[in-house]
Amino acid sequence: MPKWFFPAAIVCGVLFAASPFVVANAPFEADLGLVQKIFYYHMPSAWMFLIASIVCGVASVRFLATGDYRHDRTALAAGELIVLFGLLTLVTGPLWARRSWGTFWIWDARTTASLVSWMIACAYLILRRYGGPGSEKLAAGLALFGMANVPFIYISVNYWRTIHPPTTVVPTLPFSLGFPLWFCVISFLLLFVVLLKLRIRVEEQQARVDALYLALDERS
Amino acid sequence: MMRVAWLILRKDLTVEVRSMEIVYTTLFFAVSCVLVFAFALVREGRAPEDGAAGILWIAVMFAGNLALGRTFERERQSETLRALLLGPAPRPAVYVGKLLGILALLFGAELLLVPLVALLFQARLLAHPFWLIAILATGTIGFAAVGTLFAAMLIRARSRDVLLPVLLYPVTVPVIIAGVRGTAALLQPELDGGIVRFWVALLVCFDVVFVTLALWTFEPVMTD
Repeated sequence: MPKWFFPAAIVCGVLFAASPFVVANAPFEADLGLVQKIFYYHMPSAWMFLIASIVCGVASVRFLATGDYRHDRTALAAGELIVLFGLLTLVTGPLWARRSWGTFWIWDARTTASLVSWMIACAYLILRRYGGPGSEKLAAGLALFGMANVPFIYISVNYWRTIHPPTTVVPTLPFSLGFPLWFCVISFLLLFVVLLKLRIRVEEQQARVDALYLALDERS
Repeated sequence: MMRVAWLILRKDLTVEVRSMEIVYTTLFFAVSCVLVFAFALVREGRAPEDGAAGILWIAVMFAGNLALGRTFERERQSETLRALLLGPAPRPAVYVGKLLGILALLFGAELLLVPLVALLFQARLLAHPFWLIAILATGTIGFAAVGTLFAAMLIRARSRDVLLPVLLYPVTVPVIIAGVRGTAALLQPELDGGIVRFWVALLVCFDVVFVTLALWTFEPVMTD
């Protein structure tokens, strides 16, 4: 493990332990009240969902282009994190929407694109898990198509209508609301990096064990 | 390259004409899909609004899935895809040949499905034939472009029959959205040209991007 890993993991744990207090101390929003607090976890997890998707897509393209298995391990680790953070986003979003929009789910551009990318990530993991040998290349192809797909979903649904708040609200937030948000974003970002590194490490060790078994077989 | 693609298409068509297996099973399956939806949704002769557009596309998707699976299963059983890939043909040409075969089959299925859906769901599908052809052609190309690549690359995977729809449906969501919305726009009493043009343009962009990507990916994913 690299030197930064354990300090980063400890800081991440402390930040997450402190985050409920930071969020609880933020002022109440006038319209939504307590439900608005979900936002402090919803948006950071949505951002990590997006970052994980980009990492998985870029790593897959590099794996397809170079055939280097380091990229494949990164793509797999990121693929699992897409599903994890996507699930957090898709669970917290409707809870917030129930109060804000009056309904759990609306087929607007952002929700549809998120749901479909999450499904593609699930399909990616299913393919890796049950595809048998050689499925890592196929999965990389799928990730590439999944990444290219998102703008199309976005445009097509946006053409109907969109009611999800745009991301431009973030810089306009007052400090009292912005501080807990950025606090949570940093916590989630650290969590993302720590989990990604940990998962890549597991895959590296697995690859080493496999290589050792192969070498042993050749000897005997 | 086009010559190789044409030869592969001709080979597939010759094999198919001799047995007609995929044509009959796919068409029958597509028709049964539409009938099941008609039983489920048409009440007292009244079909749900815009239902026809969705059902037409669902039938095309299901039939396409079946055809894609069977076409490549045939190549796998007799190890002929390996022979194709070993031959001195550029890989993208093999892909294009396969894609053209699937497209021919799906266009055939649509010739049957459109009148059937129009009849069972009392939809004015044939009111604007030019736009309908444009939407169906661009949508089918998009669906088949992704489908052909996925079916080809899954040929070596375990549980490929299950994996094909699992991978294909999420990725082709934009085609289905654009196809269904575009077709639904044709069913309106007053045709809004702008809306239909938007969906056709989106489908064309989708086709260009996905065919390009598939041509690029076919080489690395089909190499051991």
